[in-house]
Amino acid sequence: MQTPFILQFINLLAALLLLIVFAMLAQRRILSLIKLFAWQGALLTLSTAVVAYSTAQHHLYYSAALTLALKVLLLPWLLYRLIHRLNVRWEVETLINIPATMLVGIALVIFSFNLAAPISQLAEGITRGLIGIALACVLMSLLIMLTRRKAVTQVVAFLSLENSLFFAATSATQGMPLVVEFGIALDVLVATFIFGIFFFQIRETFDSLDIMHMEKLKDD
Amino acid sequence: MNATSLSALEITNGVILFWILLGAVGLWWRDTRSLTRILFPLGALAALLLAAAGFAALGSEAQTLVLPLGLPELPFHLRLDALSTFFLILLGVASFGVSLYASGYFRHMEGKTLGLLCLEYHLFLASMALVLLADDAYLFMVAWEMMALSSYFLVTTDHAIPDIRRAGFLYLLIAHVGAIAILLAFGVMQGGNGIGAYTFDAMRAAPLTPFWASAAFLLALFGFGAKAGVLPTHVWLPEAHPAAPSPVSALMSGVMLKTAIYGILRVTFDLLPEQVWWWGVLALGLGLVTAVFGVMFAAVQGDMKRLLAYSSIENIGLLLVGIGLTLIFHVYGKAELAALALAATLYHSLNHACFKSLLFVGTGSILHATGERNMGRLGGLIHHMPWASVLMLVGVLAIAGLPPLNGFVSEWLLLQAFLLSPGLPNSYIDMLVPVAAAVIALAAALAAYVMVKFYGVIFLGQRREPALARAHDAGSMERAGMVWLALACVALGLFPVFVLGQIDLVALSLLGSQLGNASADWMFLAPVDTGRASYSPMYFLLAVAGVMGLSVLLVRRLYHGRLRRGAAWDCGFPAQTARMQDTAEGFGQPIRRIFEPFFRIEREVPGAFDTHPKYHGHSDDKLWFLLYLPLKDLTEKLSGWASLLQHGRIHLYLAYTFATLVVLLVFV
Amino acid sequence: MMIAPEIILAIVFQLTQLLLVVLAAPLLSGWVNQCQAWLQNRSGAGVLQPYRVLHKLFRKDAVLAHNASWLFRITPYIVFGCMWLAAAIIPIIAVDLPFSRAADVIALVGVFALARMFIALAAMDIGTAFGSLGARREMLVSFLAEPALLMVLFTASMISHSTQLPRIVESLAHHQFVLYPSLAFAALAFVIVLLAENARIPVDNPNTHLELTMIHEAMILEYSARHLALIEWASSLKLFAYVSIGIALFLPHGIAEVGNWAALPLALALLLLKLILAGAGLAVLEVVSAKMRIFRAPEFLGTAFLLAVLGLLIHFLLGA
Repeated sequence: MQTPFILQFINLLAALLLLIVFAMLAQRRILSLIKLFAWQGALLTLSTAVVAYSTAQHHLYYSAALTLALKVLLLPWLLYRLIHRLNVRWEVETLINIPATMLVGIALVIFSFNLAAPISQLAEGITRGLIGIALACVLMSLLIMLTRRKAVTQVVAFLSLENSLFFAATSATQGMPLVVEFGIALDVLVATFIFGIFFFQIRETFDSLDIMHMEKLKDD
Repeated sequence: MNATSLSALEITNGVILFWILLGAVGLWWRDTRSLTRILFPLGALAALLLAAAGFAALGSEAQTLVLPLGLPELPFHLRLDALSTFFLILLGVASFGVSLYASGYFRHMEGKTLGLLCLEYHLFLASMALVLLADDAYLFMVAWEMMALSSYFLVTTDHAIPDIRRAGFLYLLIAHVGAIAILLAFGVMQGGNGIGAYTFDAMRAAPLTPFWASAAFLLALFGFGAKAGVLPTHVWLPEAHPAAPSPVSALMSGVMLKTAIYGILRVTFDLLPEQVWWWGVLALGLGLVTAVFGVMFAAVQGDMKRLLAYSSIENIGLLLVGIGLTLIFHVYGKAELAALALAATLYHSLNHACFKSLLFVGTGSILHATGERNMGRLGGLIHHMPWASVLMLVGVLAIAGLPPLNGFVSEWLLLQAFLLSPGLPNSYIDMLVPVAAAVIALAAALAAYVMVKFYGVIFLGQRREPALARAHDAGSMERAGMVWLALACVALGLFPVFVLGQIDLVALSLLGSQLGNASADWMFLAPVDTGRASYSPMYFLLAVAGVMGLSVLLVRRLYHGRLRRGAAWDCGFPAQTARMQDTAEGFGQPIRRIFEPFFRIEREVPGAFDTHPKYHGHSDDKLWFLLYLPLKDLTEKLSGWASLLQHGRIHLYLAYTFATLVVLLVFV
Repeated sequence: MMIAPEIILAIVFQLTQLLLVVLAAPLLSGWVNQCQAWLQNRSGAGVLQPYRVLHKLFRKDAVLAHNASWLFRITPYIVFGCMWLAAAIIPIIAVDLPFSRAADVIALVGVFALARMFIALAAMDIGTAFGSLGARREMLVSFLAEPALLMVLFTASMISHSTQLPRIVESLAHHQFVLYPSLAFAALAFVIVLLAENARIPVDNPNTHLELTMIHEAMILEYSARHLALIEWASSLKLFAYVSIGIALFLPHGIAEVGNWAALPLALALLLLKLILAGAGLAVLEVVSAKMRIFRAPEFLGTAFLLAVLGLLIHFLLGA
């Protein structure tokens, strides 16, 4: 049994997506993290375009273009400017050491594949791995948010989480209506702006972007 | 066929009896010269006979015998089937080498002590053989206890030293906790059929619900695991092995640990009617943890025998992984794969018996030559102990799992079993398999690290103490024993097809499935399918040797072989002292640093301005502090409460008796 | 016993490759160095420089430290023999190599391990500070790199249902073209392992004798003349073997089929092209990256190990 070439290609893109999330998990530098995020966006663009081509759904081309503009170009540029102005290029401090996080990541992959197995059996025309990979990416983005201390990293992780969800939506269910996608894209953009403003506020208040300082905000 | 095959069991019995007799004679003679010149070599010959008898009997039907010994109505049942035979061969092969070695090693011992030791030593051998032969719970437990006690006395041979007494006590304690668990497991397996059902035959027939079968398996795994050194009951190994005289450590590590593996196999695949899949996962997981733990701790040891003890823990872990894999495949009906995994397990048992015995007796020679167990005070022995250094190198290469020696073959088989595994019905287990293979590969690579450290620090480099210049090589009998074990390592490495053919018989009788060699050629090891995998150590050796010879020849012919001796270069650094080399601690330091969370490290680092800088580092087992010490405290507290009952007043004791009587009467 | 003509042909072929790799290996090293020189705006010593160095070393008188033992003297031959053998059993031009049956991928990793064990032991033999330092670091690097390599090879074995290299290459090269996501992970892990095991820049630097950074060079510091030449040659062979493994696993297309002699010239030309590209790529990788602190290396290799395991997992999950 030979899976069609297009599907193989999407599988490959999915694996690369997972690879990038793992790379983000292992990355210490914020700048490289943002570059990886841009690459993730590029992969997403490619996979959306491929799905659009294979299923002949033209609206997916628009969303591919949107992804390109927003997630490959605009958001990384915004984030880049942000860290430039905040001057937070130093290495990310992690809460758990990196190899341990990677091990947790592998466990998450196994877990999410088994979790996704029954769901993907329902879905038609899709290899069962895709939803599992997307789920693993989501969980791992959450893991990045959990284990990093810098607020900027957390935002990148949040955006990568959104990317993973988007990938699940396009490749597994062949896309959402365009309106919904526009809405989400707008949300993400706005969220990034708001985050940016917050960063300045956080730094004003605590003289640092370390979210550990936020512990002070609770009632004593 | 029947006549010869019956005699195999008889020969075995004869050997056991002979060993016990030898021990008794030794106790009576008490003369070092005759003990070492006559008794130990005779014991060795008996071991060889045992191996030969087992070898002849391997393919034949199981033989049974009922001995009218023991208690009335409870005779001893003996049975020699393929599994017992295999482990008897292991016992015979390893103990032949060790006994030969022992006859040289004990030459300087005082006669009276040696007479006692001779008794204990041969009783130990006999009880191990009996454990393998036992076909009822009664004889099994008697032999098991005899094995534990005789080895306890062997461990505490130097009982004047408090540390050794402590190590012996710890060993005895854990051995007994394990024995209780085994006894309980037998009790469960009887299936409540009363005292008549104590034979293994009755247990095979007893119907057990999966719940009780699992209970029996868990008890047996704990009990035998305690003997084998499976986490978390491993703590006695690194204490007891260094304490014992080297031939005894060799036997304990090489053979006695395998009786525990035998026990697990016997209970799981023979006595229990059906297996459950999670047993395999449990064994696999425990094995992986044990393997990595063992090798990690081996890397940071400074005492050479402790290092080897931790390496034994690693190997036991690998064996347990093999058992777990066999279980998983067996339960899921992958007969051929189960046979492959079992073959890997048995092969590795045999290998470990050979190379670990070799290494342990080798440390004995070093101990005799230098009086040092601490690797930090050794070094450069390759110049003073040529025989020992060559033979130990064989052992080191074998245990590091390098081709074309034997360690590689079993590792190869185990990895093949992993590689062939996909397609198990449970997807979690399916994914566990590659992760487990990765951990095995990691443990194997770390074992090479440990062995470079072991050999490099002891034999290579400059002498760390001036007294080492007086070190002498192993004596002739010591050499003979080591040569035998080293030859066994080489032969097991070079003729795997033949060995596997014998192991296959065990797999056939235990699992009802067989592996077979797909390749018709005896040079090629090719389980399952020639296209899938094949390995030929003979060709491998020939090719490496040929290529090496060719390069020597070419270099000499085309250029020259001129050689000068000079001072070491070392980047032009003039003053070379032995203290500049890595110590044992130094060599293990990267491992300690990488796996820091797993150790309990005590460190004393000098400051920059110390006039007498002193560095001291010590890595301990966290489990000891997290598990054993709390357990000890709890026990002390409980016994403290129990001691409240003790008053010394007769009236009170009578009252206890009275109360007990009343309570019992109420129940009756 | 009759020996079939195709077996004789295969043996001839095996011997040809044996000869070819040993002669061509220094050329690859020379090419990598030359590319590096160009990238660093130097003119470089030319691709033939390794041969000149080997010739010079072979002619010199060997100097041995006073307390060098027999182990120290046989090690260069063992290492050279192992590496030669390793490079000779990887199918790069055609897939019918009879000796590959005797040593599959696990044995291949075993050959590397055997050579490494001996060279580490030899490094400790003289008892200098640098020797044991080098041995320790080499074992540190390899205890993560070796399982990673094994996992990479396992991924390929899983895909082709065989641990024999000719079979793996055959099934990857000559069946219908399939994209394997698992191989993407494996490839990345393999590149890291290649850099680490061949003492290349992020992990080690082959051109330095700086105390704090050297690993491989620290081990072979005491070797001179023919011993050193053999070890240098073995290093070239090792690099050649690793690049060959990379080509065999990830770019096997164009290799000649069994018995297809007509395809050989094309296969040879393609191989040459692949080697040139691989060498240039290696040079670029080395030039753009910086040497790591020694304790970053385990993390780097740990990443390779995890990636390789992940590749294997992906194979299980996606079935490709």
